[in-house]
Amino acid sequence: MAEEPQSMLQLPPSSAAGGEGPTEVSPETTTPEPPSSAAVSPGTEEPAGDTKKKIDILLKAVGDTPIMKTKKWAVERTRTIQGLIDFIKKFLKLVASEQLFIYVNQSFAPSPDQEVGTLYECFGSDGKLVLHYCKSQAWG
Amino acid sequence: MTDDKDVLRDVWFGRIPTCFTLYQDEITEREAEPYYLLLPRVSYLTLVTDKVKKHFQKVMRQEDISEIWFEYEGTPLKWHYPIGLLFDLLASSSALPWNITVHFKSFPEKDLLHCPSKDAIEAHFMSCMKEADALKHKSQVINEMQKKDHKQLWMGLQNDRFDQFWAINRKLMEYPAEENGFRYIPFRIYQVIAVWVGIQRFQASEEESEDEKFLGYPNWWQVFWKSSQTVDTTTTERPFIQKLFRPVAADGQLHTLGDLLKEVCPSAIDPEDGEKKNQVMIHGIEPMLETPLQWLSEHLSYPDNFLHISIIPQPTD
Repeated sequence: MAEEPQSMLQLPPSSAAGGEGPTEVSPETTTPEPPSSAAVSPGTEEPAGDTKKKIDILLKAVGDTPIMKTKKWAVERTRTIQGLIDFIKKFLKLVASEQLFIYVNQSFAPSPDQEVGTLYECFGSDGKLVLHYCKSQAWG
Repeated sequence: MTDDKDVLRDVWFGRIPTCFTLYQDEITEREAEPYYLLLPRVSYLTLVTDKVKKHFQKVMRQEDISEIWFEYEGTPLKWHYPIGLLFDLLASSSALPWNITVHFKSFPEKDLLHCPSKDAIEAHFMSCMKEADALKHKSQVINEMQKKDHKQLWMGLQNDRFDQFWAINRKLMEYPAEENGFRYIPFRIYQVIAVWVGIQRFQASEEESEDEKFLGYPNWWQVFWKSSQTVDTTTTERPFIQKLFRPVAADGQLHTLGDLLKEVCPSAIDPEDGEKKNQVMIHGIEPMLETPLQWLSEHLSYPDNFLHISIIPQPTD
């Protein structure tokens, strides 16, 4: 159990895996950080020019799926839905075998290889992309 | 109008003659004969290959079989892309039949999604339909349908029943009379570049910012390809382009396929005086760039309601 936060420390180095591996998701300052997310925070402030590479997403839990205290995250555009699923599962300390579904517009589940940047461009509003996550299939 | 209905049928019944061969390193008890099949363009590989699977499993031992996957000339084939798209993108310039290699080992986790059952295909398909309708009608049409209508769309595709599918799908193709089309056109543009061309153009494009944008490989691409000794593998792929694009311009003019490409993928359009470098392909044909996008969306979309557009290098032969 003690290694859990440790394993999240590997997130920051950018694109070590060349694209699809876990890369950084840095928490924004909106809410007080949950205890474990101190380890997630890369602690590096981003240069202003870098912001357009990232988009804001808002993660909302559905049903009995645990909520994340930090809801707003800045995420690389090229991050995939699968990358996001892996991150949330780690953050919520879910077992790897547990399923997690992510929905856009509370309606459809984009395929795991879809990039969040594309979804943001098509379905983002007010400068952010709202995604719902759920441990069971919430919407058809 | 009757002619346009014929287009829907032609698209639906498009077939690709395919020869499936077992990968040479798979262990068999007897020789595995190749298996020939006409693949429906609008369907998905794992939905129409039960017979292929059975055919090869007959000559294999149970312990040598894990999840089936398919590959063409070194590229794993994504089951969640429609078959016609995979062919256009990867194989349209090669001779028929399409030679697909069948694997039962070493599932390429990085490249492919698992397909544990037909339910996974159904979930993916319905999700695409919902995404498309979110773009077309703010999800209103698909949400007003009943569960049985959704089921009919899926069963229509699964059982290759044109009438069953279109009885419901036509509702997804409607739009208010006062508009001249959908809210946004659901499209995805895919590009494949011959690898050696990729390197050459990457290096040549330092000063051309337009081109550089198009060939915006991350650095690791360059490193990867430069370090690879053999570059005879011919194709590579980047994530598809999907953006918001309206069928009608602000001045009321219908947007065309050419307008779309100019806006979201300008490098795909060849200069009028220059030689033809790219093919813009949907369902194995190159529609005229003057074709209104709304018409294409209604007639040449795949059953998932997306226009899947392939940009491929013009064959040199």
